[in-house]
Amino acid sequence: MDDAALAAALDLDAARAAIGAAVSIDEIDELRRSLTGKKSLVAAVKVRIKDLPNDRKPVVGAAVKAFTASVTEALDARKTEIERAAAVRRGPALDLTLGTHGRRRGHLHLITQTQRELEDVFVALGYQVAEGPEVEDDWHNFEALNFPPGHPARAMQDTFYVQLGDPEQVVLRTHTSPVQIRVMETQAPPIFSIMPGRVYRNEAPSPRNSSVFHQIEGLAVDRSITFGDLAGTMQAFTTAYFGEGVRSRLLPSYFPFTEPSAEYGVSCPFCAGAGCRVCSHTGWIELGGCGMIDPNVLGNVGIDPEEYSGFAFGFGIERMPMIKYGVQPIKTFFDDDIRFLEQY
Amino acid sequence: MRAPLSWIRDFTPVEADARDVAEALDHLGLEVEGIEEPGRELGGVVVARILDVRAHPNADRARLADIDYGIGRITVVCGAPNIVAGMVVAYAPTGATLPGGITLEAKDIRGIVSEGMLCSPTELGLGDDHSGILALPEDTDLGLDVREALELDDVVFDLSITPNRPDAMSIVGIARELAAHFSLPFEVPTPQVVESGAATGDQVSVVVDAPDRCPRYVARVATVTMGESPAWMARRLTLAGMRPISNVVDVTNYVLLERNQPLHAFDLDRLGGKGIRVRLATDGERLTTLDRVERMLTAEDLVICDANDRPQALAGIMGGGDSEVSDTTTAVLIEAAYFDPMGIARSSKRTGLRSESSHRFERGIDPEAVAAGADRCCELLQEVAGAVVAPAPLDVSPDPVERAHITIRTDRVNQLLGLDLVPTAVRDALVPLGIEVEGKGPDFATVAPSWRPDLEREIDLVEEVARRVGLATIPQTLPNVSGQTGGLTPRQRDRRLVADVLVGLGCSEAVSVPLIAPAQLTKLGLPLDGLVEAVNSLRADEAILRPAVLPGLLAAVDRNAAQGLTDLALFEMGHVFRAPTDGALLPDERDGVAVVFAGSVLRRPAEPDRPVDVYDLADTVRALGDALDLASLELVATDVAGFAAGRAASLVLDGVVVGGAGEIAADALDAEVPVVALELDLDALLAGERRDRTFRPLSRFPASNIDLAFVLDERIAAATVLTTLRATGTGLIEAVRVFDEFRSDALGPGRRSLAFAIRYRSPERTLTDDEVGGLRQAAIDAVVTAHDAELRG
Repeated sequence: MDDAALAAALDLDAARAAIGAAVSIDEIDELRRSLTGKKSLVAAVKVRIKDLPNDRKPVVGAAVKAFTASVTEALDARKTEIERAAAVRRGPALDLTLGTHGRRRGHLHLITQTQRELEDVFVALGYQVAEGPEVEDDWHNFEALNFPPGHPARAMQDTFYVQLGDPEQVVLRTHTSPVQIRVMETQAPPIFSIMPGRVYRNEAPSPRNSSVFHQIEGLAVDRSITFGDLAGTMQAFTTAYFGEGVRSRLLPSYFPFTEPSAEYGVSCPFCAGAGCRVCSHTGWIELGGCGMIDPNVLGNVGIDPEEYSGFAFGFGIERMPMIKYGVQPIKTFFDDDIRFLEQY
Repeated sequence: MRAPLSWIRDFTPVEADARDVAEALDHLGLEVEGIEEPGRELGGVVVARILDVRAHPNADRARLADIDYGIGRITVVCGAPNIVAGMVVAYAPTGATLPGGITLEAKDIRGIVSEGMLCSPTELGLGDDHSGILALPEDTDLGLDVREALELDDVVFDLSITPNRPDAMSIVGIARELAAHFSLPFEVPTPQVVESGAATGDQVSVVVDAPDRCPRYVARVATVTMGESPAWMARRLTLAGMRPISNVVDVTNYVLLERNQPLHAFDLDRLGGKGIRVRLATDGERLTTLDRVERMLTAEDLVICDANDRPQALAGIMGGGDSEVSDTTTAVLIEAAYFDPMGIARSSKRTGLRSESSHRFERGIDPEAVAAGADRCCELLQEVAGAVVAPAPLDVSPDPVERAHITIRTDRVNQLLGLDLVPTAVRDALVPLGIEVEGKGPDFATVAPSWRPDLEREIDLVEEVARRVGLATIPQTLPNVSGQTGGLTPRQRDRRLVADVLVGLGCSEAVSVPLIAPAQLTKLGLPLDGLVEAVNSLRADEAILRPAVLPGLLAAVDRNAAQGLTDLALFEMGHVFRAPTDGALLPDERDGVAVVFAGSVLRRPAEPDRPVDVYDLADTVRALGDALDLASLELVATDVAGFAAGRAASLVLDGVVVGGAGEIAADALDAEVPVVALELDLDALLAGERRDRTFRPLSRFPASNIDLAFVLDERIAAATVLTTLRATGTGLIEAVRVFDEFRSDALGPGRRSLAFAIRYRSPERTLTDDEVGGLRQAAIDAVVTAHDAELRG
C-alpha cells in the first residue's frame, strides 16, 4: 500500500465535507458506517497493516487512529447540531414582539427625580437634607427671616393664610426658608444643609405660575464663611448639575433674609451663551436667589453674627426640567396625566 | 421702572453703548428686563409737508399727495383718509426701512408709480393706531430724519427695581448709579422758580394733625393755564410708560418719575377754605377717589382734607374727585409730602388701591428732597403751563427724618466678602453713592444719604461695597465642610425605598396639589371635621389642606379617565394635615402615602387581561412590609371610611391601625372602571418594629411537604388559620401558604374549603415519617379545634 492509496483511504477533508452536508440522523448513521465501519476504506487499511514493513506499521497505525478519531468527533458534533435544530422546530414559531405579561416598572415623578438629583449633588458636597412643615407660623415664614409685619417684601409673595391662631398668624409656607430657621434654631454651627420641599403661593394660575411648586434651598453657617464661598458653591453646583463649561453668574438683588443678596443664573446650556429661545436670547438663565445670611436672621435664631457668618441659596425645582426638557405649562406637573408620568 | 437713556443723560453724560449700559445696570442690581429701541428699525424716513391732495385717476380710495420733503418734491399715492394740504407727515422714500424688516420699493398703484409712502403711527412702530397718517408738529423741519424729529433714537431700559431701592425708581437715582459705575460727573440741577404775587401763606393754610404719619408737608400755589403738554414731555412720559393727560397732571408725573417725589395737584378753587388739613380719617368716613370709586375709610387711613375738613385725597395713594384738576382749573395747590411708609402700605393693602405714588411712599422717598420736588414741579409748570408761582412755599416739617449714622469696618468687609481691600478702596466704593465717609479707616464713620432708606446697618454698606467692586470679581472658594459628612437620614432613605418599591411594582408617582375641595372628601364618605382650611384661596376647589393623600390621587384617576386613560397604577407620597392637637398652633402634619390601581391589569398575550382587585393591594402591602423589614404588617378585613362597604381592610402594624385598603365605591368616581386603593400613615409605617436581621443558618436537611384541606366558616380569615397552623410546628414549619379556596353546595352555605401547603424542615436532622405524621396530626387537631373546621378527605 503506497502513500497515495493511504491518503485516498484517509481523506479527512472529503469525510468532513460529507459529514457537514448531512441533514438527518439517518445520513449520519450511514456516514458512520461508510467512513469507519467494517466495510470502510479505513477498515481495509487496518487489515493490511500487518503486511506492512515493520518501520511503516506504527506510522500507518497512528494515521488510521487519528483519522477515525477525527471523523467520529465530526459525526458526533453534526449529530448534536441536527438534533438541536429538530428540537427547536418542534414548537410553533417564536414571536417576542407580541407583547409582555404586563409586568412594568412605574416612574418616579419628574419633580422627585429632579429633587433626588439635586439632593445627591449637595450630599456629595457634604450637605445634609433637612425638612419642615408646610403649614408654618408667621415667625418662621416671615418674621425670623427679617420680614417684619407690614414689610413691603411680604407683598412679593402672595400668601395663603390658614384659619389657625390669630388672623394671618399661620400660613402655607411661601418658600422653604422657614426650614433654615428651624435648622438654625435646633442645631449649632457648623451647619451645611439643604431643604427641599413644597411651597405655596396664592396667585392666579398661569403657564409659569402654580399655586403649588417645589423649591430647594441650601444653608451654610460656620466661622468665616464668605461671599466667595457662596460664589464657589454655586459654581460647583452648576458644574455638577449642568456639566462642564456651564458658568454661574451672581447679580446683586434683594431678599430680606440675605445681605449681600444676589440672583443666581447660569450661562445657557443650550446655546453656550450665544442666545437662543430658551434663554430669551440673553445667553443667561435665571434660576434663583442667594446671599449672605442677614445678621438679623442669625440674631433671631441666637447665633452671634460677629462670630459666625453664613450663606443661603434657593431655587425652584420645577424650573430645572422646564428648562432642561421644555416641560410646560407648569400645571403639567400636577395634573398627573399618565402619559406625562411615563414620559420620564 | 422704564428709563429712557436720553432722560438719564440730563443728569450724567453716559456715552456707553446701550448694551454696555444694560450690562452695567444688571451688575448694579438694577435688573434689566428689556431694552427697547423704538427707532432702531427706522431708516431714511424724513419729515415732509403735504402741498396738495388730488384724486387718483383710477382709484376711489387712494389719493395723490404732492409733498415737499426739504430736499425735493414728489407725488406719492396714499390711501389714508386724514391727509390734508399743509399737514406735516413722515415720508418713507424708496429704500427707506420700517419696523418688521421692510424696505420700501417703488410701487405701481393703479397705474401710478408711488416712490415711497406716508406713514401711520403703526408703520413707524409707535403703537397700534393705524387709523391714519401720523401728524407731526407743523414747525418740524422738513427733511429731518423722523428718528430725530420724534426722538426715536432713544433707548428705554425696562428695569425691575427691588423693594429696598425706592431711590432707583427714578431717573435721577438710576443716573446716580450709572455715574458712580462709569466714574462720570453727576448733577441734579437746582430748580429755578420765578416767584411773584402774594406769599403762599397769605393764600392758603396747611395744618398737619398727624405728624407721625406725615413728617413733612410742602405746599406751593400757582396760577396755571391748562392745556396739553409739549411734545418732548409727552414723549418722555410715553416712553416711561405713562399716558399724557394734561400739562399740570403730566408735570406731577414727570417729577415723580424724574425725582421719585410723588406730587398731587389740587384745584385750588375747589379746596374749601383754601387750605389743607392732614389728619387721620374716622371710621366710616367716605371719599370718592379719582377713579370714581367711593371708598369707606377707617381710623387707620390718613386723609388730606381741605380747610373745611372735607376729605380731598387718600394721602399718598390717590386724590379725590372733588378737587381734581380739570380744563377749567386756573390755580393749583401743589402737594409734596413725605408720608410714613408703613402707614401708606397698610392703607394701600386694606383698600386694595395701589398707585405709582403709594408704591413709592411705602418704600420710602427722600424726606430731604420734598421741597426740591415741589420746586421742580413749579419750574416745569412755568415752562409748560404758564404758571405764576407764589413766593415762600409752606414747608411743614414738624418731625424731620433722621439720617442713619453707620460705622463700617474694613476688616468686616473683607471677612464677609472674601476680599482683601485696603481702607481707601472701601471709602472709594461708597463715596460716589452719596454716602458721607469720615476718616482714613480702617474703620469709617459714615452718614447714609437721605434717599437711601435701605442703608441702616454695617451690613447694608458691605453690600454696597460688594455691588461697587462687582460680585463677579470676588474670588470663588469652597467652604471647608470637613467637620460634617453629607447624607440622607435613615428616614429619608426609607422614604426613597418606599417610592422605589412602588415604582418596582409598576406604580407611577403622582404629585397633586394638596389643596382640595370638601366635596372630594364627602363623596368618599370621609368626615369634614378636624380639617385645616385656607381662608383666602382664590379657587373654591383649593379650599382645604388634604387630610389624606387618596382624594387627590383619585382625582388624578378621574382626570386620566377623562382622557381615555383608565388602566392605571399610581402612588403619591406627601404631607397630610389634621387640626392641631394638644393646644399646638400648627396642624398635625405627617407623611402619607396612597396607592391606586384602576381598570385592568394587562396580561395578554398569554392570558386575558383582568380587572384590578384587592390582591393587587395585598401584593403592595407585602412588598412594602418586606422592603422595610416590618415584623408585622397585616390586612384585617373590616369596614374603613373612604372605601366601599364590605370591600375593605385595615392595615395593622404592631397591633395599631396605620391605614386602610380596599375597593373604591363606584359612585365616588367619574371613571367607570374598577378602582382599588390603599392609604397609609407613612410616619407610622416607618416607625414600625423591624424584623431581627440576625443571620438564620440555612438547614441542609431535606424538607417534608404536606397538604391539608379544611372546610370551615367562610368568615374565618385565612390569616387566622395560618397563624393557628404556624403555632403547631414547634419551630419546624419553614413555610405555609394557602393554595386553594372553593365554595360549593355540598360544603353548605357560609362555608368554604381552604387548602394549605406546609413545608417542615429541621435545622439539625432529617425528620422521620413518624415525626412528620405527628406534626400533621397536631396541625389538623389545632385547626379543627380552634376553628370548628373539618378535615377534607
